[in-house]
Amino acid sequence: MVALGSSPAGLADMSSEPLAALLTRYGGSPHALVQILREAQLQHGWLPRPMLADLADGLGLTLAHVEGVATFYRFFHTRPVGEYRVLFSDNITDRMLGNVSLLDALCQRLGVERGKMRADGRVSVDFCSCTGLCDQGPSLLINHQQVVTRLDAARVGTLAGLIEARVPVSDWPAHWFRVNDHVRRADVLLGTSLHPGKAIAAALAGGIPALFDEMKRSNLRGRGGAGFVTGMKWQLCRDAKGSEHYMVCNADEGEPGTFKDRVLLSRHPDMVFEGMTIGALAIGARRGMLYLRGEYRYLLESLRDVLQRRRAAHLLGASILGQAGFDFDIEIHVGAGAYVCGEESSLIESLEGKRGTPRIRPPFPAERGYLGQPTAVDNVETLCAVTHIALQGGAGWAAIGTPKSTGTSVHSVSGDCDRPGIYEYPMGTSIDRILDDCGARDTQAVQVGGPSGKCLSALEFGRRIAFEDVPTAGAFMVFDRSRDMFEVARNYAGFFAEESCGFCTPCRVGTALVLKTMDKLAAGRGSRRDVDVLSDIDSLMHGTTHCGLGGAACNALHDTIVKFRPAYERRLTSLRFEPAFDLDAELADTRRITGQEGAAVPLESPS
Amino acid sequence: MSTPVQTAATFSLDGEDVPFEPGETILQAARRAGRYIPHLCWHPDFHPQGSCRVCTVKVKGRAGSACTLQAAAGEVVESNTDELNAERKMLVQMLFVEGNHFCPSCEKSGNCLLQATAYEMNMEDVLFQEFYPRRPIDASHADVMIDFNRCILCELCVRASHDIDGKDVFAIAGHGIGTHLVVNSMSGLLVDTDMALTDRAASICPVGAILPKRRGFVIPIGVRRYDPHTAADVDTQEAS
Repeated sequence: MVALGSSPAGLADMSSEPLAALLTRYGGSPHALVQILREAQLQHGWLPRPMLADLADGLGLTLAHVEGVATFYRFFHTRPVGEYRVLFSDNITDRMLGNVSLLDALCQRLGVERGKMRADGRVSVDFCSCTGLCDQGPSLLINHQQVVTRLDAARVGTLAGLIEARVPVSDWPAHWFRVNDHVRRADVLLGTSLHPGKAIAAALAGGIPALFDEMKRSNLRGRGGAGFVTGMKWQLCRDAKGSEHYMVCNADEGEPGTFKDRVLLSRHPDMVFEGMTIGALAIGARRGMLYLRGEYRYLLESLRDVLQRRRAAHLLGASILGQAGFDFDIEIHVGAGAYVCGEESSLIESLEGKRGTPRIRPPFPAERGYLGQPTAVDNVETLCAVTHIALQGGAGWAAIGTPKSTGTSVHSVSGDCDRPGIYEYPMGTSIDRILDDCGARDTQAVQVGGPSGKCLSALEFGRRIAFEDVPTAGAFMVFDRSRDMFEVARNYAGFFAEESCGFCTPCRVGTALVLKTMDKLAAGRGSRRDVDVLSDIDSLMHGTTHCGLGGAACNALHDTIVKFRPAYERRLTSLRFEPAFDLDAELADTRRITGQEGAAVPLESPS
Repeated sequence: MSTPVQTAATFSLDGEDVPFEPGETILQAARRAGRYIPHLCWHPDFHPQGSCRVCTVKVKGRAGSACTLQAAAGEVVESNTDELNAERKMLVQMLFVEGNHFCPSCEKSGNCLLQATAYEMNMEDVLFQEFYPRRPIDASHADVMIDFNRCILCELCVRASHDIDGKDVFAIAGHGIGTHLVVNSMSGLLVDTDMALTDRAASICPVGAILPKRRGFVIPIGVRRYDPHTAADVDTQEAS
């Protein structure tokens, strides 16, 4: 256990007692490492190395392992950070709403440099990946606990004052933290209110074989992106041998531009938990876990309240609804900022307290998942659909949409439109229809399914949302003709470079090279060769990465090069070759020292 | 699959039949049959990890790493094709620009799997812009030094230290392009671990990142491992 009093002088002001209590609360389990690090950081602000060593001792892990985990997740800090940690969401939709100038203004008012802690330790300001508030951005995360939405210059000015005056976040104006649901179009999922327990009762009444029949009849396919048939996955999981089976809800909604799960978890948590409970019945799980992305930490208390209410109503716990032997409960794991954990095997690694690196597959989680046991991992929206199907039957679901893509799908609409928000449509709905409904005008492009999805030009707006045409994991970002599609692709390149897990060569190095090359083009130093190299990296990553996320990391790059090539070409200074090396920049220090500032380089690029 | 185990099961590798034992990966079976599939992070003594991606092959048109894919009867596997070799070359080029690899001044030159694989893939330049990362050397230990500039994150030292030495001296930290090897000690230095020169982890490094001290150029250049033989020859000879 924790060696009490082993902390060096630097930690003298921190009692070891809370750490020991924390470890005890998690049963000293190394599988709880991510949760323990999150809570330890909450108490101490950051994670000093001696604390990591104490945690390692207490959990029977090596310090290097704990360091590896702590440095994997973007929301963990192994170096001092400000008492106030401000992270501006940096999705392209936040950029379009002016997040960069707002961040600059805040940094200026506070006298802090982006990415660095202010000397007095008061504040750090930086960007982070999309926080899933694109319909009410720009937004920011404060201390990894709360979100501030609808930022503008006035709000940022007041915020700077509050930080200077050291006002606790809990005393900030409450309406700043308000998150609107913005449900603009509801269909069978969003338009139905569930009486908690009714769908479970229906599933129990019909029995497990009938439940599988209904699932089969519904032909429900997972809404997380891969589109695997849910009933089939459950059957594989149920049939797989193991000492335990686990039911996991993937609420790690990290794809930029996606925020439907946020709304489903806020408005319809019973539908999600009920879907998990029905899934547990189907696969024979006694334990369930909901993996909530760290950015949605502010939903934790309300979700726990719902779980508590459901336990009290015998919808969770032992003998659910009086059915002997039907024992199931759900716990919530909070992520710590890692997009890759949306990939199901990374998510499981993270649940096990490790770095969120995708596993070698096969075996798939349905056979060997959490702790090596059969595990079903389903998306939030998929589980809501399960609840609906258990209650209404599979035939009704299959009657909606297309034969290959049944039911409805929930879209997170943002960008250049009058009514950003949540839209639920039957599968098979055309892009045009959604654009009309959300009040988009003069639209140049739509990014469907987020940066790893498809970028569609106006010629393709007649296409339909469906697995067989334009599949989606929920994001629908609209760009009008005033937008520069090169900058859209460059923002996404920055996202993937930041979020690559670093495991495999093509994604680790490829995403960094793509960003570097895009920056070179943006700086007006590009050539046609650079665009060719980008295309080469794109095809390499499609064919060689360890997981699907890496394989999709260049999708937006690929689509924009093909469909919006002029956006690239107008940045090329030469159609042949431009060196990445900038002689003037390299000589700047020397010139400053020798007092020759402003001197021209006596060399010209060969042309 | 419920079909009974066939003793003479084969798959096709670039048009030639390769026999395999149940449970073998494509890479293992190919190598046993004297066929070379380039690899960096794979080693016969350790579980595959599939991170370097240099052994990428195509099975029925689908790409995957030969070190992790189980061989299956009747499968058609492509490996030695222009397309795949071009991809392998790019992967090796990526590793060259990611770290700082200056072969002429490296003690491992001639014994280095990265260098030999680069030759094998006919790599003549690095294609991409170099990152030139700043990575300090750890020369704290009496007998073993680490030059992180040359680390290609194959994790063979991590696996060797865990599986064979039972010491867990190494781990991987960071993410993205900042992913790096770390040493398990409070100081982060090798001197404060129980690493010994005789550990498997001290000799497993395929590149010049982990080297024994005071043993420079014992084998002269020209007669080192990959000087008279190609990476392919060495690999298949070792397997037989």
